[in-house]
Amino acid sequence: MAQKESNILNMVLTLFLVTATAALTLGFVYNATKGPIAEAKQQKLEQAISKVLPEFDKLEPKEGIRVKPGNGTDSLTFYVAYKGDKRVGTAVRTYTDQGFSGRFWIMVGFLPDGTINNTAVLEHKETPGLGDKMEAGKGDFPKQFMGKNPENFALTVTKDGGDVDAITAATISSRAFCDAAQRAYNTFMNKKEGGTE
Amino acid sequence: MNQWKNFTKGFIKENPVFVLLLGLCPVLGVTTSAINGLGMGLATTFVLVMSNTVVSLIKNVIPPKVRIPSYIVVIASFVTVVDLSMNAYLPALHAQLGLFIPLIVVNCLVLGRAEAFASKNSLGSSIIDGLGMGLGFAFALTLLGAVREILGSLSIFGIPIADADGMLVFVLAPGAFLGLAYLIALMRKFTKN
Repeated sequence: MAQKESNILNMVLTLFLVTATAALTLGFVYNATKGPIAEAKQQKLEQAISKVLPEFDKLEPKEGIRVKPGNGTDSLTFYVAYKGDKRVGTAVRTYTDQGFSGRFWIMVGFLPDGTINNTAVLEHKETPGLGDKMEAGKGDFPKQFMGKNPENFALTVTKDGGDVDAITAATISSRAFCDAAQRAYNTFMNKKEGGTE
Repeated sequence: MNQWKNFTKGFIKENPVFVLLLGLCPVLGVTTSAINGLGMGLATTFVLVMSNTVVSLIKNVIPPKVRIPSYIVVIASFVTVVDLSMNAYLPALHAQLGLFIPLIVVNCLVLGRAEAFASKNSLGSSIIDGLGMGLGFAFALTLLGAVREILGSLSIFGIPIADADGMLVFVLAPGAFLGLAYLIALMRKFTKN
């Protein structure tokens, strides 16, 4: 079959039909995947919170409190956990802009006295095989933070005079991780002393 | 045309990466591990098969002067479908591939096959061409990803093969060029005769 001639009417009509069909399809797919996407995100967040905190019954408030850090542009989110009426810890969603590939987000869990209970990586773009060893299960790097109080555990790598053993060949990622944890700690202590608990 | 030949040409004789050198941006960008290469390859295969199908179906009703914008809209729609579904059902892989999924839109392989093959051939041939080319692309990405993962992190598909540090350069960007160059050279040697 020979190709049709192009004229203004059939060109406009064709483009309209093609884009309208595309828009309809995309609207349908967007609606179908909206739920699962939000669910997957929420699930990841909840997993991280329960990983970094000791056992708890409920989070108050459930969606967290946004707190502006002393330095940095974006807010951190605080999830305060209770067991019965007792506050058992606070999970802080924090970030750094000093990653090897820009910003990444981690979750740091603090006990009420400021001791780090555990950490979890939320999202990052660090190099696979190098910087991604900061994820639990890919290396021992995150284990050294467990049970340490930043008051007497300097959150900088040993190369810079701190107490953190950097990941081999990923000093930048290690420094960034410390920066994020430090930001969380400073904001956490600041908020505590400010008496806004 | 012989359909079997049509299918297999994407693997060796006209492999999009090793022979046609098409769509190299994601090839170099995502192949830091075998699983990333495979995920990207399969996502591209899906887009390629679907866009070849649709382009082949509508080729006779599209006025020639607006065919490229129409093809781009078709391709972009399928890429967005892949992007959203991956985000919903494979969030971990989506986080790894990140930016490169939307960039399938501008992968010249997809538009290239739509324009050079699907707009001139029957529906059946176009689907087989998309499948062959897509799987050839996935094969090349997985191979390059595996080579870089083995040399760079001493593991394969995330399973460690030795407890030591690999050659870092292969995980970083220069390793992509080195790995691809050696694979193309080997490919040339095998296919010369």
